[in-house]
Amino acid sequence: MRATVVVRPKPGILDPQGEAVRDSLSKLGFPVAGARVGRIVELELEASELASARAQVERMCEQLLANPLIESYEIEVETVR
Amino acid sequence: MTRAKPRIGVVVFPGSNDDRDAAWALSALGGDPVSVWHADEGLPAVDGVVLPGGFSYGDYLRPGSIARFSPAMEAVRAFAADGGLVLGICNGFQILCEAGLLPGVLRRNASLRFVCRDVEVVVERTDTPFTDRCRTGDHLRIPVKHGEGSWFATEELLAELQDRRQILLRYAHGDNPNGSVGEVAGVVNESGNVFGLMPHPEHAIDPLLGSCDGAVLLASFLDGAGRPACAAA
Repeated sequence: MRATVVVRPKPGILDPQGEAVRDSLSKLGFPVAGARVGRIVELELEASELASARAQVERMCEQLLANPLIESYEIEVETVR
Repeated sequence: MTRAKPRIGVVVFPGSNDDRDAAWALSALGGDPVSVWHADEGLPAVDGVVLPGGFSYGDYLRPGSIARFSPAMEAVRAFAADGGLVLGICNGFQILCEAGLLPGVLRRNASLRFVCRDVEVVVERTDTPFTDRCRTGDHLRIPVKHGEGSWFATEELLAELQDRRQILLRYAHGDNPNGSVGEVAGVVNESGNVFGLMPHPEHAIDPLLGSCDGAVLLASFLDGAGRPACAAA
């Protein structure tokens, strides 16, 4: 199984990195209204079915991959051959 | 169990770099520091614990997020649960927040720049074992050096912490180096025995270092650790 976890700064949380990216983009002539910078974690895991893989990754997010105070996460799981 | 010199465990993580300075400062102030390797399963008999500054595990993922799972941290958690005094400085503060032993989280500085300079912090409360040698409203000049020291809590959480008087140190007006909400520089847990701060008191204990103001915090901590009520069972 392969899982992709996208970790984002929660809405309303100041994201100085995103602000810096937005400023740089506007200097390059791309006046975007907003930019937020998150993180992607790709995982390869042993699991026989999608549901159990997802449950496992859910626990990983709660314990380590995201800090619930400031970050939200989304999980995608797919089977790989 | 009172010792002539309070024995303080200084936990060394891979990437810690202020552990020796912390040990030196504690020793200069009358403590008896002992290094504890992060992989150790238990703590030696100690009267207090310091989690020092540095970049444990390269600050990967989020500062402190990996160190919190070190075996030694399990022992620190148990030590704190028994009422033992735990002081986290800089990276140690980040670890305590990630471990859930202190509220909030430390984020990237609002400026996105590493800040290394003296700051002034104001003592908010002195009836704690970490500040009882200070007077309320004292201004202490202590250096900070961090890239991720912007303490964050939601408005509700900050209000609760203020109601419970858990904010022990705030950056003086206009001297917030990192964008911390509420100008928070140091927070204590609800039971009052775990304290974390971003400034480095161990770097301000001798006139040669530019300030002695960190010594009052460390000396308070040593006093507290030496008192039987706070010593580990």
